[in-house]
Amino acid sequence: MFEDFLYLLRSRGLKVSLTEWMALVQALHENLHQASFTGFYHLCRCLLVKSEADFDAFDRAFLDYFQEVDFQQEVSQELLNWLDRPNAPMGEYDEQQAELNESLSTLEIETMFQERKNEQREQHNCGNYWVGTHGMSIFGNMGLSPVGIRVGGQSQSRRAFRVAGERRYRDFRHDNTLDIRQLQVALRRLRQFSGLVDLPPSEFDVDSTIQDTANSAGLLKVRYKKPRQNTVKVLLLMDSGGSMEHYAQLCSALFQAVTRAGYFKELKIFYFHNCPYTRLYRDPTLNPNNAVPVSWLLSNLTPEYKLIFVGDAQMSPHEIFDPFPSPREGEPASGVDCLRRLRERYRHAVWLNPSDRPEWGGEWTESYDAIEGLFPMYPLTVEGIETGMKKLLAR
Amino acid sequence: MKEFKGSQNYVASEELLRAANIAMVLEKPLLIKGEPGTGKTMLAEAIAQALGKNLIIWNIKSTTKAQDGLYVYDVVQRLYDSQFGGQGVDDIEKYVRLGKLGEAFTAEEQVILLIDEIDKADLEFPNDLLWELDRMEFHIPETGRTVKASHRPVVIITSNAEKELPDAFLRRCVFHYIEFPDKELMADIVRVHYPDIQEKLLTQVLEAFYKIRSLPQIKKKPSTSEIIDWIQALQHGGVDVGRIVKEVPYLGVLLKKNEDIDMLRRTWR
Repeated sequence: MFEDFLYLLRSRGLKVSLTEWMALVQALHENLHQASFTGFYHLCRCLLVKSEADFDAFDRAFLDYFQEVDFQQEVSQELLNWLDRPNAPMGEYDEQQAELNESLSTLEIETMFQERKNEQREQHNCGNYWVGTHGMSIFGNMGLSPVGIRVGGQSQSRRAFRVAGERRYRDFRHDNTLDIRQLQVALRRLRQFSGLVDLPPSEFDVDSTIQDTANSAGLLKVRYKKPRQNTVKVLLLMDSGGSMEHYAQLCSALFQAVTRAGYFKELKIFYFHNCPYTRLYRDPTLNPNNAVPVSWLLSNLTPEYKLIFVGDAQMSPHEIFDPFPSPREGEPASGVDCLRRLRERYRHAVWLNPSDRPEWGGEWTESYDAIEGLFPMYPLTVEGIETGMKKLLAR
Repeated sequence: MKEFKGSQNYVASEELLRAANIAMVLEKPLLIKGEPGTGKTMLAEAIAQALGKNLIIWNIKSTTKAQDGLYVYDVVQRLYDSQFGGQGVDDIEKYVRLGKLGEAFTAEEQVILLIDEIDKADLEFPNDLLWELDRMEFHIPETGRTVKASHRPVVIITSNAEKELPDAFLRRCVFHYIEFPDKELMADIVRVHYPDIQEKLLTQVLEAFYKIRSLPQIKKKPSTSEIIDWIQALQHGGVDVGRIVKEVPYLGVLLKKNEDIDMLRRTWR
């Protein structure tokens, strides 16, 4: 049959298992696709794909496997112009022709379409042979044929199997950048319940008390349990200004998600420009009156804080590598030294980056690579944050 | 096997009907996801109505545990009864109350079971139900009884995607994502609610509605239930049809956030 399709889907990152595949086989056996190709497409999708985020990947795999060509590009503009008449009257439905059309295989339709394309010299509509509109032909648009290839025009009855080619689900992909709610959901991965942490049981446990008291026929047995709250402490350091202006909206969304969650046991947020040097700032305007020395941070915030950097890691190398003119005793000697100290103190650290590795300007890549060498770097997307949060929780 | 073809009060897309039927034939739970206000909960009611079956709704809250759906053993009541010398304290069966899932299993005939907003519960919740949904049975250790479904209920599960559902759970479901309806489908939906709405009013309302939804700055996009309410407000207030797109009267019905309303008032031309 088409087992290869299963492996193609798996190779595209869709976690399709044998359970789902067997369900599909059973469904085909029961004729749930109603012997139509669109039906088959929907059947495959609702049994094999379990998240709208994967619809796009599925659509592409489906197209690649069952169809390799994209029609919109290979038909002439002349033909497309003939076909652009959405408000024309509908042709007549022909039962026999419909049955005949349905009996055609995808491959037959494909070959016939190639022939027609070469033969057709003028506009033909409401018919059953040429590429045209409003008719029983298997090609064209606004037509009545139960199967076929849509060429140009607006989707009407959505019967043509080409709908997969529209990629309507592109926006649901995980690697899209995100809104606050999605961010919050992604951040919720960052939790470590004290139930897992070693703490004495200190919270009165109503359920077990009742249960055990009842079990011992009314003799009071008081039970305690470990308190269950998120024990994660977060230290968030955000790049502000300069090249980060492009991502202001994204960063503000992240900021709101983090603060609004009220979810972490403790949350400290500081700002810097390009690279933290000796000081970090409490507000994004980098007001020097409201600054904190990095050394204070290093000695006052315990290593259990999870460190999250947000920045594009793009700067000229001297901004990160040049030693400071006269470093004070015990303070970082350069930008990269400061990063290294933070990294050593906070073992659980990630860097979320809203931009890709720069492909131009060798110097900028140099600083980017230096930072990536120090911190595990993830893109500032839902998927990136989720992997990052997992990394932060790994012991 | 009866087939579901949509109902008088519910307009479903062809894909949705297909998914519903696939789930029923394969006897797998149907998992419905989609934007709030796309009628996920309504679907179960419509299916129940169309097939003439009873609907059992299990509303999930953040505190709901899988156990609650199976049965509750009321120890406190038993304790009381034993202290005050009530009748039949030694009959544990008397203190076991079945939850919604148990109710669906023990029903005399096939029922529709709606597990509403499953993503509200704890992350582990769906995993705790795997066996029960697969085998359609569970065991009550207190009484030694096994509750087994005599008629497999049709299970419909809705989710707002607030939490990811575990893979093992997803694997057992038929999945359908309800897209936000396009203009034509929305017109059909509105006509179901207001059969004698004027065409002119409807076109104007739809135009304004989809224009608002297309604005990128809107934080909370209005959904189906809001357009239905809005039409009612417009009809009730007897607003002149020509003013709808121009002025968007009763904006508060459509937009629920202050910042959205302010933004719209500023930028609407």
